[in-house]
Amino acid sequence: MSENMISVENLSKKYIIAHQQEQGSRYKALRDVIADGAKSFAKSFIKPGGKKMPNPTREEFWALKNVSFEIQQGEAIGVIGRNGAGKSTLLKVLSRITEPTTGRIGIKGRVASLLEVGTGFHPELTGRENIYLNGSVLGMSRAEIKKKFDEIVAFAEVEKFLDTPVKRYSSGMYVRLAFSVAAHLEPEILIVDEVLAVGDSAFQKKCLGKMGDVATKEGRTVLFVSHSMQAINQLTKRCILLSKGNIQFDGHTGKAVQLYLTGQKDESASPAYYQAPVNKTGNHVAWVRAHTSEEEGIHCWGKPITFEFALHIEKPHDSLSFSFQIVSALQQPINIFWFFSDAPFRHKQGTHIFRCEIPKLRLYMGSYTLTTWLSERRSETLLENLSDICEFEVSMHNLERVNYPWQADECTYLEDAIWQTVEKH
Amino acid sequence: MNSPKIVSKQELVIEAGRTEQQYWKDIWRYRELFYFLAWRDILVRYKQTAIGMLWALIRPFLTMIVFSVIFGSLAKLPSEGAAPYPILVFAALLPWQFFSNALSESSNSLISNANLISKVYFPRLIVPASSVIVSFVDFLVSAMILLGLMAWYNFVPTWRILSLPLFIGIAFAASLGVGLWFAALNVEYRDFRYIVPFIVQFGLYVSPVGFSSSLIPEQWRLLYYLNPMVGVIDGFRWAILGGESKLYWIGFTLSLGLVALLLVSGIWYFRKMERTFADVI
Repeated sequence: MSENMISVENLSKKYIIAHQQEQGSRYKALRDVIADGAKSFAKSFIKPGGKKMPNPTREEFWALKNVSFEIQQGEAIGVIGRNGAGKSTLLKVLSRITEPTTGRIGIKGRVASLLEVGTGFHPELTGRENIYLNGSVLGMSRAEIKKKFDEIVAFAEVEKFLDTPVKRYSSGMYVRLAFSVAAHLEPEILIVDEVLAVGDSAFQKKCLGKMGDVATKEGRTVLFVSHSMQAINQLTKRCILLSKGNIQFDGHTGKAVQLYLTGQKDESASPAYYQAPVNKTGNHVAWVRAHTSEEEGIHCWGKPITFEFALHIEKPHDSLSFSFQIVSALQQPINIFWFFSDAPFRHKQGTHIFRCEIPKLRLYMGSYTLTTWLSERRSETLLENLSDICEFEVSMHNLERVNYPWQADECTYLEDAIWQTVEKH
Repeated sequence: MNSPKIVSKQELVIEAGRTEQQYWKDIWRYRELFYFLAWRDILVRYKQTAIGMLWALIRPFLTMIVFSVIFGSLAKLPSEGAAPYPILVFAALLPWQFFSNALSESSNSLISNANLISKVYFPRLIVPASSVIVSFVDFLVSAMILLGLMAWYNFVPTWRILSLPLFIGIAFAASLGVGLWFAALNVEYRDFRYIVPFIVQFGLYVSPVGFSSSLIPEQWRLLYYLNPMVGVIDGFRWAILGGESKLYWIGFTLSLGLVALLLVSGIWYFRKMERTFADVI
């Protein structure tokens, strides 16, 4: 059953970037080609045998370099990486839109790629007409579209507007219809670029659910690019992390996501500490420190942790309140703590330090950040909201699980538990 | 295509510089796209117009009247045999309009479908080909004017009219051949956006649309037939007018050869450039 659906060997793709002096001449014009041709022709006369000079206005750029991997049937693979890492190029080469420069790809089965929502939609045509047009552009036959038509319309929730030109659609309706057509493709291999970030959250959920079905229930092979680590985590087990055209990591999604997120971090930031910029004025958080159990912002599971905050107060107010959240690497808030009671910082100017101690931090291993909220409760104004600050790492190394090492993302929270065996009579 | 559930065991290999043997098979697989793209263009063209398809009739009709008045009544150029001058003009206007529409549409087709080209795979040949099909639909619509003219002048064609499909085929090949060349060139050199309208305008007077090609002096004849549309137009006149209309066989064969050359080289050049379209467009 585990047949290689896609095998990629030493794939590379080169682009030539032109550094032109003139602004705005994007297209190659015939005039330039003739002029350049004449110039080099003349040059070869003047300097016969002269070696070809490398052209300084043209630079090679390897969007992909020696990329190799294999994908089995029924696998859902995530592709992540920063902007310009080569994700979209990889998908374009795999879906045959552009040719590789070197290397070889073997693909078994029908490929459908969804690199953009609504490719081939024509604004003048009605919803109904666009379903047929878009479907056939994506590789469905007319009979197939006809069969799926009602399903597509129902999924997009646009029944009422089927005979309205899509140029009059709201952007949400447009995108829903476009995604719906694409979601009803039935290829053996589905290639999807960052297209799920569409519509309202309810529809996004529906899209993610549909994508999940495609991979798990229908046994199709899915290749999926996203910047949403949550979506990647939810949909895929294996992930390819691209960095500057190379594969940096290929394996378990949790590990890949972690690598990607740590790669994104600012190296200079000191761990578990935040300091406000010097030029900041008004009421604000001056600094935050997480007193972790170990050095370097590492905290052992289950040990007490203390968060220390310094508030810089210029205008005291008797309803000043402070709260903070602990946020996971997937940007999900895990805990919230608040400090709404009376305190000196409500009455006096200056820097006020206060602490929040958590006797037993039960967060599962992973990296966490803080989000802080400083507000005036009576007038309901938010004075300052910091996020992604004071990063610290929870480690499980003091807690051994026999014969079964801790895996990333098994859970987010580890609760105390008492197990008992009950004997039945 | 109808049974997507069956995993095709055949492996598709993507490699640099490899001309996929799959290409023509893919064209067959995507055959419905010819229809859908043409259908889209026709549908879009007459959206939000009051008289819709009538435009396809009005334009050639008015051109025919102007040409008949200028060349037939004012310049008093001779017709071919007994054929009424308007029919002589229209028999040429039909293939010429088909050719010029097809040429301008298909040379722009890749650019105007750039979003498709850079985001989805399908054999790119379908794009210019379907714009030729769109022009062919216009051709069929305006052919109704010809029928009207024949009824008006009580003109009965001879058996030669049966050979018309052959000449339509040649017109199709000429349009596609030239269209492919310009479509591919236009992707890289946008100059052709300006060259094509010029060719179309120029060609209307260079080709024997308003007059009979028998007016061309004997010694220049062969040279004149280097314009492939001359052969096509002569063929149309020969088939429609019948009677005294004669075909200059040497010239016609030359035109035919050129059309074949254009088509084959057009496909070759298009296929060669096709793999860089997505990167260049």
